[in-house]
Amino acid sequence: MEIEQLEKVASQVRRDIVRMVHSCQSGHPGGSLGCTDLLVALYFERMMLNEQDGKPVFDMNGTGEDLFFLSNGHISPVWYSTLARRGYFPVEELATFRKLDSRLQGHPTTHEHLEGIRIASGSLGQGLSVALGAAMSKKLNKDKGIIYVLMGDGEQQEGQVWEAASFAPHHEVDNLIAFIDLNGQQIDGPTVKVMNNRDLGKKYEAFGWEVISIEEGNDMAAILKGLYEAKSRLGHGRPILVLLHTGMGFGVDFMMGSHKWHGVAPNDEQLAAALGQLEETLGDY
Amino acid sequence: MKKYTFTEKKDTRSGFGAGMHELGQQNPNVVALCADLVGSLKLEPFIKENPDRFIQCGISEANMIGVSAGLTIGGKIPFATTFANFATGRVYDQIRQSVAYSNKNVKICASHAGLTLGEDGATHQILEDLGMMKMLPGMTVINPCDYNQTKAATIAIADHEGPVYLRFGRPVIPVFTAADQKFEIGKAWMVNEGTDVSIFATGHMVWEAIQAGEQLEAEGINAEIINIHTIKPLDEEAVLKSVEKTGCVVTAEEHNRIGGLGDSIAQVLVKNKLVPQEYVAVNDSFGESGTPTQLMEKYGLTAKDIVAAAKRAIERK
Repeated sequence: MEIEQLEKVASQVRRDIVRMVHSCQSGHPGGSLGCTDLLVALYFERMMLNEQDGKPVFDMNGTGEDLFFLSNGHISPVWYSTLARRGYFPVEELATFRKLDSRLQGHPTTHEHLEGIRIASGSLGQGLSVALGAAMSKKLNKDKGIIYVLMGDGEQQEGQVWEAASFAPHHEVDNLIAFIDLNGQQIDGPTVKVMNNRDLGKKYEAFGWEVISIEEGNDMAAILKGLYEAKSRLGHGRPILVLLHTGMGFGVDFMMGSHKWHGVAPNDEQLAAALGQLEETLGDY
Repeated sequence: MKKYTFTEKKDTRSGFGAGMHELGQQNPNVVALCADLVGSLKLEPFIKENPDRFIQCGISEANMIGVSAGLTIGGKIPFATTFANFATGRVYDQIRQSVAYSNKNVKICASHAGLTLGEDGATHQILEDLGMMKMLPGMTVINPCDYNQTKAATIAIADHEGPVYLRFGRPVIPVFTAADQKFEIGKAWMVNEGTDVSIFATGHMVWEAIQAGEQLEAEGINAEIINIHTIKPLDEEAVLKSVEKTGCVVTAEEHNRIGGLGDSIAQVLVKNKLVPQEYVAVNDSFGESGTPTQLMEKYGLTAKDIVAAAKRAIERK
């Protein structure tokens, strides 16, 4: 897909996010908006997905295809919208987000058999371990698919992340690309104030990872270039970490750069203001 | 009383190791993981024959559970192994979210459960694991009674789709069940038919229950003894059938009296048929250092304690 088209998809995904969160008056718009460009780039351009008649076909094992895991499960709106827009399930279902009897639970689950989801996430720090297991499963099966996993920067405060960070280079898991969404914000405030992660790149390098950076994590061209570079470094005995610099709330001016929109829903006026800044490109659900 | 004899004593963890060895030869999807306790879990024969299907995780149990959950995606059957304390309490949230709620086909195999771990003391003697694991929706919880049964259970859970907690231990105990047994998950095993009291025992306490049955017989009491190797799903039919006949119950487990087998049985009784029940279990305390025999005596988990409990239960009828 051309960059311009990808940007159009991203604009629609952002509209979906704010509308979903507004509709149930709960959820996490900030991190979702910040990671929109990455997820659109992955699902609409970079990931190899099993398809039939131009539509993705989901099965739990994901044999022969690339897999994506979301460790910071609270940004479920961006994942749900991206999956629906990519054709995994009907876009109308986005209207059920966080409501009773929905498959679109507050945090992603497999419990309701939503196509595209392979593990529950939300309790932080577990996704990298799961992704490593899936990557080793692919190796044991001689499957060439790549594993992608996204974590938050606040999430790096969880101890399990560093257990997994030690494990991956030790076992030479080199079919995996991990992202950290470096938006610098978490619920209680800026990450440097709540619990300073210091230099995550140097930390991961010291653990044995190959680390690259995407400085403009909300620029589609920069993301595509970064993903290309990350992929080119696979297969050399080391896992790859991508430091993705994003803006929390990117795309909606009054939500940008503040932890205040981590987990707060817009009211009617704010919704209108947000939608005024985001072009409807694929039709609202 | 049916006679049970044995020619040797073995540890149940060695039954697990033997089961894994066989699984390694039979099922190419079985993968073993361990958190720096390969010798204790008796995994050497499996690793020797299947080095590519063994994943050493180091002292990082949380990561081991997550990696296990991930391995199921692609069809692997991971057996995550360590001491029972580190396999449950330490990683409860990882099991809850990544395994149980996600319904992943992970087998959590835990050795050194209960007081009989011995000299290491209470930091390592978990007495709450059955409770924690049985509270998780969809989790199957198994606590076999000897070497042969543990081996059979290990092989059986590989063919069972869904998360399983398999609990076994460190001390050598009599091997009294058949070497060629077929393990049926969720099906209670009738050890001895009787009429005066139902003794429901699990794990190491099954042999103690057999000895208690012999002592009771000498005093003219005819005890029914049932091995509840599967705590969840519980064989409620077998429990109720026995209770209809005997009218009173003793439960015996190497676990806290809160949340274990006794409470599972009590729930069945409260709902269906109220009869007296006596618990043989650890009385809501931590353990301590000592030999397994000393500890089982001090904390009231011997045949003698089962005999006394049976008499109390009969008196309350």
